[in-house]
Amino acid sequence: MNRGVSYKGLDKTLILELSQRKKEPKWMRDLRLSGLKYWEELEMPKWAPKVFDKGEEWLDISRIEMYVKPSVEMVSSWDKVPVEIRKTFDELGIPEAEKEGLAGVGAQYDSEVIYHNLKEKVKKTGVIYLPMEEAVKSSEEIRFKGKKQTVSELVREYFMKLVPENDHKFAALHAAVWSGGSFVYIPKNSEVEIPLQSYYRLNAPGSGQFEHTLIIVDEGASFHFIEGCSAPKYNVANLHAGTVEIYVSKNAKMKFSTVESWSKNMYNLNTKRAIVEEGGEIEWISGSFGSKVTMLYPMTILNGTGAKCKYTGVTFAGENQIIDNGAKVVHAAPDTYSILNTKSLSKGNGISVSRMLAKITPKAKGAKTFMDCKSLILNEGAKAEAIPEVKVGCMEAEAAHEASVGKISEEALFYLQSRGLSEEAARALIVRGFTSGISKELPVEYAMEMNNLIKMEMEGTA
Amino acid sequence: MGAKKLLIISGFSVNVKDGSVSRDLKSSSPVGGAKKEILTGVDFEIRKGETVALLGPNGAGKSTIASAIMGNPKFKTKGSIKFYDEKKGVLKEILRLSPDKRARLGIFSSFQNPVEIPGISTTEMLRTTLEEKTGKFVPLDDLREEISDAAKKLGQNVWFSERELNVGFSGGEKKKNEILQMLILKPKLVILDEIDSGLDVDAAKEISKVLAKYQRESGCSYLIISHNMRVLKSLKVDKTVLMKEGKIFAVSDGEMVKKIEKEGFNTVFEQFSGVSRGQNE
Repeated sequence: MNRGVSYKGLDKTLILELSQRKKEPKWMRDLRLSGLKYWEELEMPKWAPKVFDKGEEWLDISRIEMYVKPSVEMVSSWDKVPVEIRKTFDELGIPEAEKEGLAGVGAQYDSEVIYHNLKEKVKKTGVIYLPMEEAVKSSEEIRFKGKKQTVSELVREYFMKLVPENDHKFAALHAAVWSGGSFVYIPKNSEVEIPLQSYYRLNAPGSGQFEHTLIIVDEGASFHFIEGCSAPKYNVANLHAGTVEIYVSKNAKMKFSTVESWSKNMYNLNTKRAIVEEGGEIEWISGSFGSKVTMLYPMTILNGTGAKCKYTGVTFAGENQIIDNGAKVVHAAPDTYSILNTKSLSKGNGISVSRMLAKITPKAKGAKTFMDCKSLILNEGAKAEAIPEVKVGCMEAEAAHEASVGKISEEALFYLQSRGLSEEAARALIVRGFTSGISKELPVEYAMEMNNLIKMEMEGTA
Repeated sequence: MGAKKLLIISGFSVNVKDGSVSRDLKSSSPVGGAKKEILTGVDFEIRKGETVALLGPNGAGKSTIASAIMGNPKFKTKGSIKFYDEKKGVLKEILRLSPDKRARLGIFSSFQNPVEIPGISTTEMLRTTLEEKTGKFVPLDDLREEISDAAKKLGQNVWFSERELNVGFSGGEKKKNEILQMLILKPKLVILDEIDSGLDVDAAKEISKVLAKYQRESGCSYLIISHNMRVLKSLKVDKTVLMKEGKIFAVSDGEMVKKIEKEGFNTVFEQFSGVSRGQNE
């Protein structure tokens, strides 16, 4: 197999070795060690679903391979990617998508980025798109917020500042063992019309993937980033604890879309966070499928006057899955605006939990937030819970929330069946309708992929 | 009449499952948790091309029949319903078939309260249905053209069917959407349960014309439940099935509709049985 080096378990030796291998600066090594310290100290939150236990299907950190380096070097031409790995990405349609409608593509296989390419035309506009490891060391010069500095200096200033290593247990783990991911810088006032995509494939059984994505969008710029994740099926537990940090500057616009499709043995404990300055906007689109346990709550800090956040998410909790998902927004400035929508489906004995939190600080005069969590239960035995919460610290703000947990009604099924649809097709159609608001937000290929994922999950429901 | 039989119902009885109450019965006798027979020993038949009016006071079981022929899973049924299977050229027992299988044989029933399905347009639903039925790809443009023609007949434009299925529709729009679906799905037996309620006089007249035209073109049969009879305007009623208290009271010719319209159920019941009966609602 395409496996060069791998490290199992987690201790100081491993981290020092990993850092040395990557030829990192001291600050990064120290950050990793600090992460390890917090990993050992921090507890899981009380409300979190169970993840740790002995046994192959549970998360046992001593058994997880923290770093799996494929035995290939990073290239910028698909022709140079080894056939076996290339095949995986071909099946996922990545090289094809790049040709048709992406500004650039990064592809990570296990712990390392094996392909990274930015189209020449986009490169010329000053966009920087680098594998994270390269960015940490890059001496390329850029001007951000009027300050001329190297990419590596910029990374040092922003890396794990939005999600500090003591944020929670898996942020600490991420800091300790992160590997791979992408760095993106979008220059002032530039509009990148077509999206960039990074794709993460976790192929080694019993391993972990800890990619780090750092995106900085300069003033007045606009940008769409797509993240795709998948893994084949194994019987042993795998772990994904990536981190995404996004800085949206004044009047900039950022859209971040994800379609995650994990195998059912995956613990997907991912952290995503964005900070938005004055007049800036972020839009999150998230489709979360597969995994044994998912805990993911993308958070947005609306830090400047008039900053906006829109979050749209869909999840599917099938047999033996716990999908604990949601979104969080902090209104920290006047006239900020947020709208959060989640749709969750649960099937079999699957459990879906939608947590939403909007916090309005005393500074957020005139802030508006609206949240809506909708859950659809596909059969008896499946569970769904919606927990919307608004913490209002400012009297001159508006907040509204809605939550509903529904079932596919017998009446709706009878109605559609009476037109000639089989029960299975009728259920699928109702589900498609339930999630249609999200498909419409995605680029067409991703909408199709998401609909296919839902279709696959629905098989055998009737 | 030489026409072939399309539907034969015999010894047909219906129980409500799990204590759920059928809409038709809510107004008359609540059944609570106990199982209660709401249709008993129903026999009648419909021939090809025939228009049958199903009449009776509230709570007589008309909607139950309509819904049970379609295969409503909340009913527990006994007896026999046979429907002509065109492919095989035989009358086929459909009592144990699921609603979709019945629909595929050519039965269509309009709903009194069409269900709202958010996020899916009528066009999308029809396309999925047709594709599943035929196993073939249905080009969207062709279907849209056909839908556009059908919508025009109902005084609507093509956007009507691009809206989310029944979501936020007025009562009248929902009824028109049922007819639109019928025109696209091209059934052989059309059961219309109060299709004219919620429609104004003019719209009901228009729908009646559309139904008459569809019958001329397709040779379909109608089983029609209507309180105000407006929908029958352009149709020639061949047969009247008169129901009372969950049973068939009498089967008569088309003239019966006018008689009942004029004289009311009680007079007719009295004339038939010669016995004075109490007010049924």
